Amino acid sequence: MLFYYLQYILPLDPRSEQLLYMAAMNTLTHLQRLEAESIHIMREVVAECRNPVMLYSIGKDSAVMLHLARKAFHPSKLPFPLAHVDTTWKFRDMITFRDKMAQEAGAELLVHINEEGVKQGIGPFTHGSALHTEIMKTQALKQMLDHYQFDAAFGGARRDEEKSRAKERIFSFRSKAHRWDPKNQRPELWNLYNCRKHDGESIRVFPLSNWTELDVWQYIYLENIPVVPLYFAAERPVVERDGTLIMVDDDRMKLEPGEKPAMKKVRFRTLGCWPLTGAIESSADTLPAIIREMLLTKTSERQGRVIDNDSNASMEQKKQEGYF
Amino acid sequence: MHSDSALIEEDVEEYLRAHEHKTLLRFITCGSVDDGKSTLIGRLLYDSKMIFEDQLAALESDSKKVGTQGDSIDFALLVDGLAAEREQGITIDVAYRFFSTENRKFIVADTPGHEQYTRNMATGASTADVAIILIDARKGVLTQTRRHSFITSLMGIKHVAIAVNKMDLIGYDEAAFTAIEEDYRAFAKGLDIEHITCIPMSALGGDNVTQRSAKMDWYDGPTLMTYLETVEVENLTQERPFRMPIQWVNRPNLDFRGFSGQIAAGRIEPGMEIKVMPSGKTSRVSKIVTFDGDLPEAVAGQSVTLTLEDEIDVSRGDMICASEHPAEITDQFEAHLIWMGDEKMLPGRPYIMKTGAHQVPVSVTKLKHTINVNTMEEHAARSLVLNEIGVCNFSAERDFPFDIFRDVPATGSFILIDRITNATVGAGTINFALRRASNIHWQALDVNKSTRAALMHQTPRTIWMTGLSGAGKSTIANLVEKKLHALGKHTYTLDGDNVRHGLNRDLGFTDAQRVENIRRVAEVAKLMTDAGLIVLVSFISPFRAERRMARRLFEEGEFIEIFVDASLETVESRDPKGLYKKARKGEIANFTGIDSPYERPEYADLTIDSNKMSAEEAAEKIVALLMDT
Repeated sequence: MLFYYLQYILPLDPRSEQLLYMAAMNTLTHLQRLEAESIHIMREVVAECRNPVMLYSIGKDSAVMLHLARKAFHPSKLPFPLAHVDTTWKFRDMITFRDKMAQEAGAELLVHINEEGVKQGIGPFTHGSALHTEIMKTQALKQMLDHYQFDAAFGGARRDEEKSRAKERIFSFRSKAHRWDPKNQRPELWNLYNCRKHDGESIRVFPLSNWTELDVWQYIYLENIPVVPLYFAAERPVVERDGTLIMVDDDRMKLEPGEKPAMKKVRFRTLGCWPLTGAIESSADTLPAIIREMLLTKTSERQGRVIDNDSNASMEQKKQEGYF
Repeated sequence: MHSDSALIEEDVEEYLRAHEHKTLLRFITCGSVDDGKSTLIGRLLYDSKMIFEDQLAALESDSKKVGTQGDSIDFALLVDGLAAEREQGITIDVAYRFFSTENRKFIVADTPGHEQYTRNMATGASTADVAIILIDARKGVLTQTRRHSFITSLMGIKHVAIAVNKMDLIGYDEAAFTAIEEDYRAFAKGLDIEHITCIPMSALGGDNVTQRSAKMDWYDGPTLMTYLETVEVENLTQERPFRMPIQWVNRPNLDFRGFSGQIAAGRIEPGMEIKVMPSGKTSRVSKIVTFDGDLPEAVAGQSVTLTLEDEIDVSRGDMICASEHPAEITDQFEAHLIWMGDEKMLPGRPYIMKTGAHQVPVSVTKLKHTINVNTMEEHAARSLVLNEIGVCNFSAERDFPFDIFRDVPATGSFILIDRITNATVGAGTINFALRRASNIHWQALDVNKSTRAALMHQTPRTIWMTGLSGAGKSTIANLVEKKLHALGKHTYTLDGDNVRHGLNRDLGFTDAQRVENIRRVAEVAKLMTDAGLIVLVSFISPFRAERRMARRLFEEGEFIEIFVDASLETVESRDPKGLYKKARKGEIANFTGIDSPYERPEYADLTIDSNKMSAEEAAEKIVALLMDT
């Protein structure tokens, strides 16, 4: 591999002695640097916060985040619980995978459901994506953070996901009411993170801030990290609605006249509530094939998410309201 | 879409193997909206095929709606994020963008060029290896160019690319470019930037960004992208002595005790001798423990867990260092400080400093001067306001380990945190530790006799006991000291005989030497009183003039003269050391009371008649006198 690296650079730079010297200097690769940074961030939080938690959303980013956490504290067990906000509309495969991974990591798993929302029968089909997300996800998350009095919560968001995320700090401060004020965030210099806060305030921490989608997949490939099978192409029952392929994961989907689930070879680029997550037709059933498809694809990752489509600034508004 | 689609198409695993070995380069772009900075970043993203079709579609529609380029794509819209900013058309914060090529992954810190945002630029620069400073080819080196360069230099960035943009607007004129380059290089001589590369370009047209410009064939240097792909950022930190601030003590069970942290400098392997600072305790590295197994070696940048051969006390905030070259420790230092708080920085006000994994209360003892970021001129000032930069002396509440920022940025940098709001209000780079000797001035101003005495909860005094040899001075002094000690007072006794064994061993018993004897003792008593002590002097001190001289060294009420009166008969009958007998025989010359006079005090503060009073009673009386006044 070194050969490849040298071969590329040598013709451009005649100072080969310097290059060989640099090769001997153990220059860290981009993934090694990202890994070390994420681990550093997690350790700072554990050292300085009273009651941290990791928001585990089961997707590929959470898979990487969990893996990094195990690395950060090895040989100790995770010094914080995993928490999952269950909207009751997650893919069944996700729930199975979640329980298996928590067990494997020897981690405590807290699952929170907004029971009030369940009583009111809130769901994406009946109430629309915006209200469903607000009540079953955003409200539920606040309830959980309040209930357990967590003062720091790790999330798997990345800056490359969306434009307003590009300016989000790694340590994002939230008021007692969990509000995010884009004008009142702390500058982050070097690797010196200011974790101090008043009682009742909390921090959302994003250890994967500087990772890109490709970094995440590449790391999963390199480190052999298990991911939910839904990322891999398989024959699944889908219905096409408003131009989006929805996988019928249980019997709660009322089919419109003319709609009929058809078996198609599909996979998912992102995972969330199944009625809100569009599948793509694909034959990529291995990690390299997924990465290949991702690299050659012509649309961005969040396009499969119904939540973003309202307006360009919608993610930012949701964030101010407390969405992760 | 990706830059090497062919390889991905053919053999994605080969592509992944190649990309696994990419390195990471972080850079910052400095310039104002007018310089075409956002356009340049948008162009880099676009040309490296990091823009997806849906983003491109949104960009095209946005360009028509709010763009400034007519029907053409406005690349600037790709990088402006928050809704409010979009409307104002300016970036108001640091934004991070990502793209990669075959060789490197890039993280771009995009910071605004407005004067009031020095804070944001310093933030973006703190994690950057390289700075790209944009210059509008029509305007040349401006005030803001100097400002950007100064902050770049201050934050320790050694590689700068000067992007002379908008060459299309000056007809791709080589002479104009050369003039700007010479102008800039002349200016930059005064800064700490080691490598400067000037590139003529047009971000709008894509000239010399990723594509070599046909319109500027006179230019034979690298395109900006080639520069970014090949710039060698020396990994000097690996050559420095080993440093690892301890973030977290890893203790899963009683059999394992590891120290977790990210290596700030140097390299380490099992068996290497280390020193823990600030305690200075030494041991050897036993293992480098990671989730993926023990490592034979680890280098700067890696996050690891070390175990040591010896059970020594190490906790969060300590620094594990190469034993032969440990970090310095200090509680006084000089640093450059960039103020980021809305409230101004005031010398003397306590802040919390975070450096490494260490938090310690500090205050600025002296604001030496501020630096005008536009002219680099130094000005005297009493405080720092938002976005001002100053050189300050700091005093920390306790010793902490550090390096000089120039040597090891990771252990020579710090942030300041407001104690009340918890906001990050300052960022600093340590220039050097202040030697304690250079603080005498500061000490003399603030700590004096009364502050020392206050700390001891007492009134410092000298109790001068005079009288014939054998009158009971030493016995009484001894009892008084015991009683004062029991009361929690800080005391010391200067005894005539003892002093003559040391300080005054060179003096005999002639009148002149007796005077010198008293002078020295009086001076020592004065220093001790100044130190806050209650000093008991037990000296025959036969002459009134010398006792008066001693009294004059002290403040009013500080010198208490006690006459321990005993008749010659009494002392001769006691004669505890057999001295009177010897004197009577003529074996000792100039003996007070025999062949040398004793001048009785005329105005003693207290007279003890030791013919009638016991030593115990006398001591009680003296203590009572001290407590009353």
